[in-house]
Amino acid sequence: MAGLKRRPGRYESWGLSLLGLGLFLGVWQVLAVGMTAGPQVLPAPLAVIETTRHLLVAPFAGHTLLGHLAASLQRFGLGFGLAALVGVPLGLAMGRFGWLDDLVTPLFEALRFVAPLAWVPFAVLWFGTGIGGPVMVIFAGAFPPCLVNAYRGARQVEARLVEAAQTLGAGPLRIIVEVLLPGALPAIVAGLRVAAGLAWQSLIGAELIVAGAGLGFVMVQAQSSLSPQIVMAAMAAVGLVGMLIDIALRRAEWAIRRQWDQLA
Amino acid sequence: MKDIRFDGVGKTFTTRGGAACVVLHDIDLTVQAREFVAVVGPSGSGKTTLLRMAAGLDQPSAGEVRVGGRRVTGPGPDRAVVFQHFALFPWKTVRQNIAFGLRCQGASRARQTVAVDRYLALMGLDDAADRYPSQLSGGMQQRVALARSYAIEPDVLLMDEPFGALDAQTRTVMQEELIRLSRQEPRTVLFITHAVEEAVYLADRVVVLAHDPGRLREIVDIGPTRAAEAWNTRPIHEVMELPSFTHLRTRLWRLLRDQIRPGN
Repeated sequence: MAGLKRRPGRYESWGLSLLGLGLFLGVWQVLAVGMTAGPQVLPAPLAVIETTRHLLVAPFAGHTLLGHLAASLQRFGLGFGLAALVGVPLGLAMGRFGWLDDLVTPLFEALRFVAPLAWVPFAVLWFGTGIGGPVMVIFAGAFPPCLVNAYRGARQVEARLVEAAQTLGAGPLRIIVEVLLPGALPAIVAGLRVAAGLAWQSLIGAELIVAGAGLGFVMVQAQSSLSPQIVMAAMAAVGLVGMLIDIALRRAEWAIRRQWDQLA
Repeated sequence: MKDIRFDGVGKTFTTRGGAACVVLHDIDLTVQAREFVAVVGPSGSGKTTLLRMAAGLDQPSAGEVRVGGRRVTGPGPDRAVVFQHFALFPWKTVRQNIAFGLRCQGASRARQTVAVDRYLALMGLDDAADRYPSQLSGGMQQRVALARSYAIEPDVLLMDEPFGALDAQTRTVMQEELIRLSRQEPRTVLFITHAVEEAVYLADRVVVLAHDPGRLREIVDIGPTRAAEAWNTRPIHEVMELPSFTHLRTRLWRLLRDQIRPGN
């Protein structure tokens, strides 16, 4: 009985992951080849891989796949960076000052339930369809977890550390930067990881509607030119890059948590 | 050097049910400049609250606290606090912890280094300078906390059961160290403890609080005996065996026991 609950070993785990991927691709291939509807409805995986290779060198809708990816990553970086730059300090300050908490929280609690994509009309109106519009949509997606985690992290910093800093003569800014920020760092990085995921998702959504380059833009263009294998190639790129971003941030999260656990 | 004056100080908390809970009632007490005053009392007698009001971390509900003639309205570096659980910054090294208050004052690099090195040497922390608090024993951590407080050269030191979290042996060593430190660097000290021996050994005067509500019960003068028998220059175990010491200790024990006995 105990064997059923045993965690698989490292190699077993890898093997199972590969098996899952293989089964998925196999069923997909069989369905795509066997279906009478043809490649216009469901392109085969091998065709998608072939298309992806082609898109890496031949431009589609103005750029190669890497060019579109670069456009998407640039917007992602801007929107995500801006959200972190505003959300983390604001969250920390809200964790320190009750009045700021009271001032911002009700507004924030209502706004964060508005899906990032709901901002698209205003994003276009205010910031256009180039960089500004999509960046604002990403910002709307990434901002809440940045703020919430910094706030919760700051609230969990031991009160006597703040009091010790105060009695040693530290002002509000120094307390935020040298006590709350390091104290809340593990929570903040966890929030950044969640924020990055949401930002990447919102970005693709935004690019479906606005923008003249980017992975989302590729999907829309490919759809209107009846090239489903290009849509799928873009989807695969979105998934893969999103996964890589998450892995990188998860590593950072682990590293910081481990180091902080040692210090605690 | 500044004195501490409590003038008719009272503290009342409101419980969640709305009932008023009197923690301290009408405290009149002056700690002279360069005097070492210990406060003992049963738990619930408001010892820590008294200290927190002098630190500016709590505000009195009645009366006022003055340090060096100026009314206390908030924490400040003229009144350093040593906390029971050290309250060191876990992500800063020993050196950075000690330098923190100096940096808050805007001290130059050179001045910081001189002051930090001096207190590292004074507290026997030279080998620990670049370690983190979590890598040190409790006794070493409290040495760092003492060094951090002394380094800002405060007029007043407020110590809230600083050795309460240490084992018996370490505690004795630290008591001796504190006597040595007070001799080299006399400050106005308000020292909270529940250990009668510690209070007699360290203080010029011992204040006994009664509880429910916390109020002044008696003040016992130790200073003349201490000076006459040169306690400060003798080892702690020798002092604690002197008839004068045991006499004072017993007297304080009696005063405290009357507090704790039910039906009083």
